[in-house]
Amino acid sequence: MTGPSSSHWAASAPFDTVVEWDAVTTGDVAAERIAWASVEGADVDTSGEVLSVPAPGGRGTEVRVTLRYDMPAGALGRAAAKYFGDDPSQALDDDLRRFKQVMETGEVVRSERAPWGKRARQQFPQRPARPLSDEELQELEAREEVLA
Amino acid sequence: MKANCWVGPNEVEVQDVPDPTILNSRDAVVKITSTAICGSDLHLLDGYVPMMEKGDVLGHEFMGEVVEVGPGVDGLRLRVGDRVVVPFPIACGACLACRAELYSCCENTNPNAGVAEKLFGHPVAGIFGYSHLTGGFAGGQAEYARVPFANVGPIRIESDLSDEHVLFLSDILPTGYMGAEMCDIQEGDVVAVWGAGPVGQFAMDSARVLGAATVIAIDDVPYRLEMAASQGYRTIDYSDTDVRSALLELTGGRGPDKCIDAVGMEATHGAAHVHLYDRLKQAVRSESDRPHALRQAILSCRSGGIVSVIGT
Repeated sequence: MTGPSSSHWAASAPFDTVVEWDAVTTGDVAAERIAWASVEGADVDTSGEVLSVPAPGGRGTEVRVTLRYDMPAGALGRAAAKYFGDDPSQALDDDLRRFKQVMETGEVVRSERAPWGKRARQQFPQRPARPLSDEELQELEAREEVLA
Repeated sequence: MKANCWVGPNEVEVQDVPDPTILNSRDAVVKITSTAICGSDLHLLDGYVPMMEKGDVLGHEFMGEVVEVGPGVDGLRLRVGDRVVVPFPIACGACLACRAELYSCCENTNPNAGVAEKLFGHPVAGIFGYSHLTGGFAGGQAEYARVPFANVGPIRIESDLSDEHVLFLSDILPTGYMGAEMCDIQEGDVVAVWGAGPVGQFAMDSARVLGAATVIAIDDVPYRLEMAASQGYRTIDYSDTDVRSALLELTGGRGPDKCIDAVGMEATHGAAHVHLYDRLKQAVRSESDRPHALRQAILSCRSGGIVSVIGT
């Protein structure tokens, strides 16, 4: 957040690039809805909305996310992103799954093949399902807060 | 430590791998005293289940002693020194599935859920040593294993029962029991069980405990049929007997009230043309299992009966 209703965003894009933009909050109802849109003239034309909806029968909360965006380089960029595992809708699915893990269990589940916790982004390549070496553990700790 | 690792189709190797460490706050590390090979490990061994990586530590049936716990493990629930049997599904204990005691359907423990979903429709829980489709967790055919959500799954063993008497709680006993439980056995039922391997034997025992009057074992392996017979169950050897006719004969033409498929997806079968039919469907990817037993169970079950399918 850069102000009460403004924010600055950065996202990884294909070919190891990062795109950045400013956005304004366009809707904010506590515990129900938040929406935003990139400011006019930003490099990226995007908007989004997160809705929290009670699930039927009192069985928790459904979180619905809508993201609208123009991918850099259009369809070609989208195809390239998919190939390199940066497909936004897949990334959003994975993020929502990790959000659910944090909400329900307090943390992101780590497996030996995917030990990255909240920093998990890349689904591939995967490491084998075997304990981490000291070097891998050090690298993991260097990349984030503290394990466990 | 030493661990049994998958290195390629039909090839495993005991390798030196790093010791496991705590990665999540509710992890425990267990020093393994006994571990088993599951029939379903064969699907990994022969490359039938996709998404194995060279070097994966195998094994999802194990027990041992807790040697380390993460800071989030409730000391009243589990402590260093406890003797535990570890169930094969990793369960968070908090999601809707876990709260309904459907632990193998846990919604939070499979970090590869996105990939599993594309294959299965809905993902399964994380499972120890069982391919990357179930999360890529290191398994328990090793000297030590990391057990996530150790305050949920592990069963503390406080009696002096030997490992051999309790290890089956990790998979085959509950799997067999569930097969019987799912077909709502009523006092006096005739229950037929396809497959008299370990899961089938436990399904038969569970059926009897739940009230079955007659239990029938169907297999073609002599020692398995002998084991079933020694428990007082009827047996049908499908290699020399027409199963459906035999079942109708044994039930006055009605068919068994309840049928349990405890065979699994790599069933063998006496009839070459049926095998060919399934091989063709597999070749064009319209099925990946070999469901002869299931087909036979459905055709044999009495009208209004229940067929329970647990085979994996």
